[in-house]
Parts: sequence; structure tokens; C-alpha cells
Amino acid sequence: MSAPPILQVDGLSKAFDVSAPILRRLLHGEGRTYLRAVDGVSFEIPKGKTVSLVGESGCGKSTVARLVVGLYTPTEGKVVFDGHDMAQVQGRAEMAKLRRRFQMIFQDPYASLNPRWRVLDIIAEPIRAHGLMSDDTAIARRVGELLEQVRLSAKDGEKFPHEFSGGQRQRISIARALASNPEFLVCDEPTSALDVSVQAQILNLMKDLQTELGLSYLFISHDLAVVYHISDYLGVMYLGRLVEVGPAREIFRDPQHPYTRMLLDAIPDLEMTGKKRIPVAGEVPSPIAPPPGCHFHPRCPFANERCRTETPLPVHIGERDVRCHAVEEGRLEAEVAAAKAKAPAAVA
Amino acid sequence: MQNIETTVELPAAPSFGARLSGNIKAFLDGDVFYSFKRSPVTIIAFVVTMILFFCAIFAPWVAPYDTYNIAGLNLMDAFRPPAWVAGGDATFLLGTDDQGRDVLSAIIFGLRISLMVGFLGVLIAAVVGTILGLISGYFGGWIDALIMRIADVQLTFPAILIALMIDGIAGAVLGRAAHAESKLAVLVIAIAASLWVNFARTVRGSTLVEKNKEYVQAARVIGIHPILIMYRHVLPNVMGPVLVIATLSLAIAIITEATLSFLGVGVPVTNPSLGTLIRIGNDFLFSGEWWMTIFPGVALVILVLAVNLLGDWLRDALNPKLR
Amino acid sequence: MADKRPVLDVRNLRVEFPTRRGTLTAVDDVSFQVGEGEVLGVVGESGAGKSITGTAIIRLLEPPGRIAGGEVWLDGERIDNLTAEQMRRVRGKRIGMVFQDPLTSLNPLYTVGRQLTETIMTHQELTETQARKHAIDLLGEVGIPAADVRIDQYPHQFSGGMRQRVVIALALCVNPRMIIADEPTTALDVSIQAQIIKLLKRLCEEHGAAVMLITHDMGVIAETADRVAVMYAGRIAEIGPVAEVIRNAKHPYTEGLMGSIPVVGHDLARLTQIEGSMPRLTEIPTGCAFHPRCPKRFGRCDKQRPELMQAGASRAACWLHDTAHAEAAE
Repeated sequence: MSAPPILQVDGLSKAFDVSAPILRRLLHGEGRTYLRAVDGVSFEIPKGKTVSLVGESGCGKSTVARLVVGLYTPTEGKVVFDGHDMAQVQGRAEMAKLRRRFQMIFQDPYASLNPRWRVLDIIAEPIRAHGLMSDDTAIARRVGELLEQVRLSAKDGEKFPHEFSGGQRQRISIARALASNPEFLVCDEPTSALDVSVQAQILNLMKDLQTELGLSYLFISHDLAVVYHISDYLGVMYLGRLVEVGPAREIFRDPQHPYTRMLLDAIPDLEMTGKKRIPVAGEVPSPIAPPPGCHFHPRCPFANERCRTETPLPVHIGERDVRCHAVEEGRLEAEVAAAKAKAPAAVA
Repeated sequence: MQNIETTVELPAAPSFGARLSGNIKAFLDGDVFYSFKRSPVTIIAFVVTMILFFCAIFAPWVAPYDTYNIAGLNLMDAFRPPAWVAGGDATFLLGTDDQGRDVLSAIIFGLRISLMVGFLGVLIAAVVGTILGLISGYFGGWIDALIMRIADVQLTFPAILIALMIDGIAGAVLGRAAHAESKLAVLVIAIAASLWVNFARTVRGSTLVEKNKEYVQAARVIGIHPILIMYRHVLPNVMGPVLVIATLSLAIAIITEATLSFLGVGVPVTNPSLGTLIRIGNDFLFSGEWWMTIFPGVALVILVLAVNLLGDWLRDALNPKLR
Repeated sequence: MADKRPVLDVRNLRVEFPTRRGTLTAVDDVSFQVGEGEVLGVVGESGAGKSITGTAIIRLLEPPGRIAGGEVWLDGERIDNLTAEQMRRVRGKRIGMVFQDPLTSLNPLYTVGRQLTETIMTHQELTETQARKHAIDLLGEVGIPAADVRIDQYPHQFSGGMRQRVVIALALCVNPRMIIADEPTTALDVSIQAQIIKLLKRLCEEHGAAVMLITHDMGVIAETADRVAVMYAGRIAEIGPVAEVIRNAKHPYTEGLMGSIPVVGHDLARLTQIEGSMPRLTEIPTGCAFHPRCPKRFGRCDKQRPELMQAGASRAACWLHDTAHAEAAE
């Protein structure tokens, strides 16, 4: 990590106002209610690398993605893109210069393309918006190149989105994201709406593009197998907090946080090895009123009094940051081993 | 499977004409036209509407007499019953009124006034309502609250009341002479004022749905200006419901106009709409000259029914859930 | 299971959707059996016809879909030609259903308890108190804590995973012979998926019900199913014991599908990729529907349609396993 990172996220928080309408608040004497979707998240993305955020629904991973590209403004903390603090950028022109350099790919290929526009116009939109080219023939040529870069045909520009399958639409989305020659792509669950064989095509394409164009990715997913395949670094989120972050391979080989362990254990065992698992219990609580202390404590078999009251701070282990009292106290390994010994073998 | 393509073959940008004919072909092949073909009632409603529109637009050429030409009227022709009734005259198919005006011609010219007032009213309501709805839905917050509360207040006043109010204000401000000339404008504004809420509410609802779709977010990430996003991305995708409401509103507008004219707030007698004709005829209903009010009434019913049926069909055809 | 009569026996099922552009065949000549206490996984990508097969069996096809051929037998009784009323009783009593979205399976206006007791009382001679007790037992059995309290709550008061447990309880409450589960875990979070899969498997074993588990997720199949049928373009491409199909796929499509799934612990630069995508129903290729995407296609694949043929412990609809072809190749 010697070169400066393309993206630095520092103490990022986002609270949404989910208060009842004002009349109701006045009548019932309720105060404002906030949903703390993202709570003090920090990580960085080295140039040319892929950082993934995983977690279950409601953990705030998609909110982080939207904060990074500026669809939301942070409540606290900052997003630094290639040395520029995004909150300090002055004026539309400066902002536009930075905006050209990062783009986003969305989850639902059926909603991410304007159904009334031709593919040519969809992909040309960033080119025109940033004034990268003005001549229509040149734009058409560039769109043709982009379509071929995502392994579609240049002729497809004349068609409408509904003429394409889900996988092809996702390629069009990628082509649009690449149109302004960005260096950094935020990918919000780009394959979770796709079939596995199509997912493989898109993942391969994304890896190829990363090598060809030197792209950096922030990859949001709930699928750990996909994340394993694509990531260099991994962050695990739970109820708005980053509970474990570090090099992906290390985390998969040797997960520390009990939640990370639980997630890894929950991966369906495609090889049918019948490995031993910690029994999984409970569900994600409401993010509006998260449990005090460590948010994970009600589901954690290793929680004690301290976990219930005190919010854990990041503990550095090698290249990794883990937020867990049990890890910090060094009592986790022994307790996990004891729990596994008691657990029944998984059904093979 | 497109990725097998190896040669770089750039598409020749098709001409505007080719694109247009492609669009027409796509439309004729599309689901909307298909559902149109399958509904005989809609086809009849469409044909009737088209005939009525044609008559209204080309009234001076279609109508047997020019009812505006007072010199051409002959009081000797007054109170003639329809041609097939005893005492009728074949030259006045639907009879004549108290001034000797041909009822058929009066209806055709009245249709013109009714449709013009209706169209203008709906057009203004649609433009204003759509813009306010877009702003309300896209930006939300206090501006949304403001627009929607105004709409709520607006809804509590019936169109007639608004029209009477505007009419009264216009009368007081402009004075009698100018007021008579501005009657049409008052009518149009009154109708627009009572109809814009429907557009605003529907567009706001659709905008709320569309603005959270990822293609709008993609445009925001690219850095497109909000006004341009609304105009280029959101607007085309909320136009379906607007079209449906516009059609249904046209029927309401025509009825409102007729009601107002019947009450005497509407267009002046010198320039009669269908509603005015019905009001004039109404005075003679009990003295036996029924044709003076019945025929304009029938014309009004046919027009409103046809437009309404078209609107209903359009609503179903454009609603993907019902297909 | 071969010696026993299967609980569900589907023979040459064919489902068509007449549209204005011609008749589409969504399920074409599909045959399989599910035995007592067995879990048959039906896996495939969107458009493969797996869900339509399920809804055709329980006769809940969306119009204009219709069964255009074949037979469905439940416990030795033919059910595809029953009247709508008879079929309604079969669905309530002998076939239970679990769908992807638990919210659509529960009436939001009634408490969970009322829905359970009503279902129980429709099909069993029990008093309301007995039915309620049975319902509480069932809720406990599917792992809902404090079942005696939660029975009086409404569906919206349950979380997604808990709702799916209620749906499973609802499906099991009349002791059906057969459970059809269509993507039961797709809408749930990963950590809850595992819980639900385990629950479904355990309960079906205990209640001796046959299960048809429809999913796009090979992981779920690997964890749950005894046998698996892989569907492609409305037909079964391969059917066999789950371990055999996963580890030793016989059909090139299954092979490609397995290779395209990323696996934790497998360090690959690229995933195996099947070119192209599933054909639309309007343009299903001649011969073997998979041949345009198949890396192993040869002469006859685009002309003749392969039927399921024995391939090791599985059966695959692929000419590679035609014994005549094998001999010719030697």
C-alpha cells in the first residue's frame, strides 16, 4: 500500500431522518427518530485493487456506496478521492472534473437503463454531459468501441434496453460507466440479480476490464463466494459498522470477528464436506434501535457484560482491523473451539 | 452471443425518417395497438371522436349554415321542427331555433367552442400540473409539502365554484365590456384551475417511483443537472399517466364548460357552445320545441362518452399490470 | 425408492402459453418422480421452466398458461384431470406450498394463529382449542420462540425469516404428503437461509413428506436435496443423485453451470463461462436446445433432440451419452 490510495473513507456516518410526520410528533410528543445506516466507517482502496463490502440486508453497505459517489451527503466523516476531500470541492466545474473519474454500476439491470432511450444515447450520456466529445459521428464511434469492450456488438446501440437480456443490460450499464474513462467504479451488487452463468460472464468481464484499464473497484455484495473471487480487500459490515476489514484472503482463511465466522459458516457447502459449524442463531435487529454496546451481542454466543454496554473499537491484527472485545481480550479462540466441539456435524 | 462478432462494423446513423418509420412500425406491432384492435368499443369511440373533432375543426366547411352570420338568419325560419317531423324542412335537418338558426349548424359550431375551451383548459392544467408534480416529487421537502397542501385546498372547491369566483373577480376587475370578451379566457382558466390537481398528484406519485430507479441515480452520478434529469429522464417516463388523465379530463372539462354555460357563467349567447345551446333550448322545452335542447344534449353525451371510453381504454392499455 | 410407489409422479408434462405471437412451450416433456421422505431439487436459471413446472403440478398456472400434455400422479391417483374444486382440496390437504415471498402466502389482516387454526380445522376434525394447541406446537417446532405469545400476532410483526417459518408451519399443519417449495430462501439473508434450509429438511424427514425444492441456488440444493433435476429451456437436462450431479456432471450445461459458480477457497483467475444466455421461449433452437452454447456439440446436436439417457448414476439428455454414439466413436 505504498502508492496513495484512490479512495479514502474516514469515519463516515450517515443518519437518515425517519421521523413521523410533524403533526404526529406534536400530538404524541415524539422526538425525531434517526436511522444510523452507516456509523463511523473507515477504509481505503489502493489503486488498481478491489475492495468489497459484505453484510446482510440493512447493514449499510449500499449506503456507503452511495455516500462514496455523492448520491448522499455524509452526516459525519469524509470521502477523499485521489487526494481531494469531496466535501471541500468548490464549484460545479471542479466537481464535474472529479465526477468524470468515478462511476457507479447498479444492481437491477432492469431499472438502471432509461427504458425510453436507445442504448447509443444511454452510453453517450456521460460523454455528452462531460463534454468529452461533441461530434455525433465521433460519439457513435466511441459508443461502438465501448459496446465491443463489454463484448456486445457496435450495432446494438440502435436498440432499446428491453431488447436485451439481464446480462446484456448489465454490460450496457458497464459500458455507460466506462464512457467517461473513469479510474474508479463503485459496483452495488452488480451480479445479484443475474443467473449464475451470466454472473460468471460479468465477473470475468469486470476482472478483464480491471486488468486492461487499471480500474479500482468498490464492490458491494452479500454473496461471499463472489466476494472471495473478486476481492483483494474485504470489509464486513453489521448494522452500519465495519466489524472486520483487511486483506480478503486472510479474512477468509482466518476470520476473527464472530459475525465474520458466522457468515463464512453460513455459506452453502457446495463441496459437501460436512464441516463443523457454529450454530447460527437469530436475525438482524432493526437498525432504528440497534442493540447497545457491540451491535452483534444478542446473536453472539461469546458475548459478555462488556459487549452489552461498551462499543468495541478497532483492534489491529497485522493488516487487519477487528471490532470485538473478545478478540481484544484474546479469549475468542478458545471459546470458539469449545463451541465447535459441542456442535453437531453438519448434514452431509 | 453478440461477442462472436470480430469485425468492427460501425452502424451508419439512421436518418430521422428511418427512425420515425421504425417507431411507427414498432407502435403498430406493439401491445397498445394490439389491445386497440381487440376492442370494438374503443374503435367505435375512436371513430366517433375523430368525426366530432373533424366537424369541430372544419366547422365553417362542414356546417350547412354559418350561424355567426347574423345577416344570413331569417326569422321566418324560426322554430322549425326537425326534417322528419310534420312542418319540418329538409334544408334544416335538425330544425331551427328561436332566431331561425339551423340547430345542426349551431351544434357543429358549438362543438368547436366546447372542444376548444376543453382542450385549452386541459392543456394548461396538464402543463402546470405536470411541472408542479415533477418539482414536488423530485425535490420533496418543504416545496413538496407546499404544493401538495395547495392542491388539497384546491380539491375542496368544486370546479363550478372556482369558475364562479374567477368569473366574479374578472367581472369586477375588467369591467363589463371587457369582461364579455374575456369570458372564454375565464372559462379556460376556471377549468384549468379545477383540473391541475389531478395531474400534479399523479405526476408526483410517478416521479417518486421513477426518481428512486437506478437510471435516475446513474444520471445523478454522472453529474447531470436536476432540471435536465427531470426533463430528459423522469418526464418521458411519467407521460403515460399524464396522457390518460388528459383524455379523461377532457371529458370532465367539456362537461364543466357545458355546466357553466348552462348556468350562464360560460360563453356568451352570441358565440354559443353546446352548454349554451342546451340552456337556450331549455327555455323552449315546455312550449314544445324539444329539438332545440335535445339535439345539443345528445351531441354532448356522445362526445363525452366517446372521449371517456377512449380514456378508459388508454388507462388499461398503458397499465402493464392489467395486461 | 425404486421398489416403492413414488409420492409424486410427473409424466411427460408439457405446459404451453398461447400468445398472440404463437404458442410458447414453457415446459416440454418433463418427467420425474419424488419418493417418500425424499427431497428432489429442481435447479435452473431464470426461464428454465422450473417454477412453471411447480405451479403446473399444483395447477396454479397464471393464465393463459395451460397443461397441454402429460400426467401428474399423487400417491397413485391422477390429479391433473381433477376439477378445480377437487384440486383445491388436494392443495390444502395433500400438497403444501412454500413460496419465495412469505408475505404473499400470509393474509396480513389475520393473526398467524387464526390462519393456522382455520387451515387445521378445515382439514382435521379438531375443536378450536385443540387446533390452537396444535398450532402452538407447530410454531414451536419450526423454531419460533414464545410461540404461545406470538400466535396472536399479525404477519407484519414477524421478521422475514420468522415469517418463512410460519409459512412452513402452515404448509406442514395438515401433514401433507408432498411439499412444493419454490425459492423458499431466496428473499432471506444468508445467515437465515441456512437456518430455513435445515429446518425444511429436518421437518420433511420427520413428517415423511416428499419435497420438491425449486431454486436457482446450487448451494441450497447441495445442502438439502437427495436428488437433483437440472432444467434448461423447459426440459430436464440432467437428473441424478445430488453428489453425482455436483461432483461429476454429465451434461455439458450442468458442467458449465457448476464451473460458473464461484467457490470460497478456489483461487481462479477466471470462472468457467458459458457463452450467451438461455434462449427466449420464442426462439428455442432445434435439436438439443443447448447446442448453440455447448463447447462439446457435434454433428447431430443441432438436428436431433436428445432424450434423457443413462450416464453413470445419473441420466442426461445429451448425445455424448448415447451408447450408439460411444460405439461409433471407438
